[in-house]
Amino acid sequence: MKEGWRRLLWPRLAQALVSPPLTDAPPVPPEEVVQALVARLEAASQARLGRSLAIRQVDAGSCNGCELEISAMQNVVHDLERFGLRFVASPRHADVLLVTGPLTRNMREALLRTAECTPEPKWVVAAGDCAVDGGVFKGSYAIEGGIDAALPIDLLIPGCPPTPAQLLEGMLALLEAQRTG
Amino acid sequence: MSEALLRLVRHGQEQGCRPHQRYLLDRGQWAALVAEIGQADGVALLGLWADPAQVHAALMVEEAILIASCAVPEGRYGALSPVRPGAVLFERMIRDLWGLVAEGGVDQRPWLDHGRWPVLGPLAARPAPNAMPPPQPVFLSVEGEGIHHIPVGPVHAGVIEPGHFRFHVQGEAVVRLEARLGYLHKGHIGLMLGKPARVAARFAARLSGDSTVAHSWAFAQGVEAALGLEPSPRALALRALMAELERLHNHLNDWGALCNDAAFAWLHARAGALREAVLRAASAAFGHRLMMDRVVPGGVTDDLTPAGVAAIGAALDAVEAELPRLDSVYDGHASLADRMVGTGVIASSLVRRFAAGGVVGRASGRAVDARHRPGYAPYPPAEPAVLAAGDVDARARLRMAEMQHSIRLARGLMGSLPPGELALPLPQRGGEGLGLVEGFRGDCLHWVALDDGGLVRAVFPRDPSWLLWPLLEAAIEGNIVADFPLINKSINASYSGVDL
Ligand code: SF4
Repeated sequence: MKEGWRRLLWPRLAQALVSPPLTDAPPVPPEEVVQALVARLEAASQARLGRSLAIRQVDAGSCNGCELEISAMQNVVHDLERFGLRFVASPRHADVLLVTGPLTRNMREALLRTAECTPEPKWVVAAGDCAVDGGVFKGSYAIEGGIDAALPIDLLIPGCPPTPAQLLEGMLALLEAQRTG
Repeated sequence: MSEALLRLVRHGQEQGCRPHQRYLLDRGQWAALVAEIGQADGVALLGLWADPAQVHAALMVEEAILIASCAVPEGRYGALSPVRPGAVLFERMIRDLWGLVAEGGVDQRPWLDHGRWPVLGPLAARPAPNAMPPPQPVFLSVEGEGIHHIPVGPVHAGVIEPGHFRFHVQGEAVVRLEARLGYLHKGHIGLMLGKPARVAARFAARLSGDSTVAHSWAFAQGVEAALGLEPSPRALALRALMAELERLHNHLNDWGALCNDAAFAWLHARAGALREAVLRAASAAFGHRLMMDRVVPGGVTDDLTPAGVAAIGAALDAVEAELPRLDSVYDGHASLADRMVGTGVIASSLVRRFAAGGVVGRASGRAVDARHRPGYAPYPPAEPAVLAAGDVDARARLRMAEMQHSIRLARGLMGSLPPGELALPLPQRGGEGLGLVEGFRGDCLHWVALDDGGLVRAVFPRDPSWLLWPLLEAAIEGNIVADFPLINKSINASYSGVDL
């Protein structure tokens, strides 16, 4: 019995020790981004959020490329939950609105209503070139521009789409700003 | 039946579209065509769109693909929706974008236009200013005892594209589902008009980001056909390699998400890890995880280096080694089968009527795959694998089989890359072409007309999801609300792709 137990367990333990972990090393957010966020916090004399953040993602016009990479933050390789970050289903539970896409005219009202439902204090993050300023869709009759056409933005994450590592770096900058601010 | 229809269309004036001809019919011929389609079950309506002067219907008749057009002098044309229900969404879209009315159309409600644009008919010759407040949307009604509504969206409870679903429910069972989309309308077509083909390609690449390779290829095919240009064998092989990697990462995503919805989170986790390996290999080989903007009219932007070959090879090895294990876990659990088998059944008569392709069409017995019919280089002719059950389980199993097929194809392509130019310069001339490329959801169809200066004069990109959305509404009927996420994922239609 004891022998069998050893035979089963030891090789597995040994294998776990020598095989590399699935998760990537955490990205380090740039200091200037963190400082800029701290300054925003101070200017607004905003109440601090804790050491974890609940994220509500809103697609306000994306091509869905950004959604693919945002979803990839949840896979076992990026594993955003290890940092205390998680996606929530309701804006009422959210600390962060993570918004993608050029802001379409047809999504403006839904985005504003979602933002109204999100309690203060909150961060608003515009992810992807489209969310930053409309991206390639600038000038279309059907869009208003970037997300800042409807909401004040705390953090921009450019890229088409930004990689999961870049997105994660942005989320960690928010956490870091709360810790140091 | 279909010979009569072919003869009828070919009586029209040839418009010079390549490789599939377009025929301009007069109003009488168009009316006869509509009547004939009503008689001929085998005729598939692939798409319906317009430009300011004409409406265009892409048809597949047996092995032939052709486009029938009709002028719209008074802004009206004979509706196809009475004989082909798949025409409904297209007719509503045509009214919203070009202001053209389908006479006798079964549904005249707006679709993409929510009343929030500054103009009406933004693609019409002369758009009218819009000063009205946005109207309340009108939904189809259901009568009966104890029926209530569940409205959901546009903002959903996950990382999903926006859309509104209106469920009519009796007890647990869904009596009717109606999707209201259009929230993502960005004005793709308007942005492509007047641009050089290479610039317009960036919008084709962003029609539905998950299908960026397939849409870029279909658009490039249309442009190349219009210009009479044949990309090099190397460029075609590299396109196919990217397209198979795209199919693989999306099928991994969908298959894993389906298992997750049936409470098998571990399968989802493993599929996610494998998918990440594929995306990283794509990034190492082509410089972009989703391979966006790598397929351009004339060829491709990047060659494959030995390091790229090694990266892709390693990712394919990892996926290939693990798929059989994941498949046997899927197979070995009755509780998974319990959720999947018999859920969300789509009848084969329905996929034929709506001309649905891709996994959804093939899982209900429709043997269509643009890679083999009409077929294009570098794919060898083959018969697509099909299943008959048409349920969530069949769609999951087909994805598994297609992943293994894509891996073999990708290996073969890398093993024998032919020589050739990466990208040919585009001659500055006019022409008209139709591109048809099999993406992971089905056939992506792009029609493009270039003016004499090589600028886009008219264009229509048709995502396969146009033919899938109506089937979601059919598949959910009689199922319980709790199975909606599972059924929805098993179809996984694109929102952005149809919102244009
Ligand atoms: S930034 Fe790029 S990937 Fe993101 S929504 Fe815009 S076009 Fe799509």
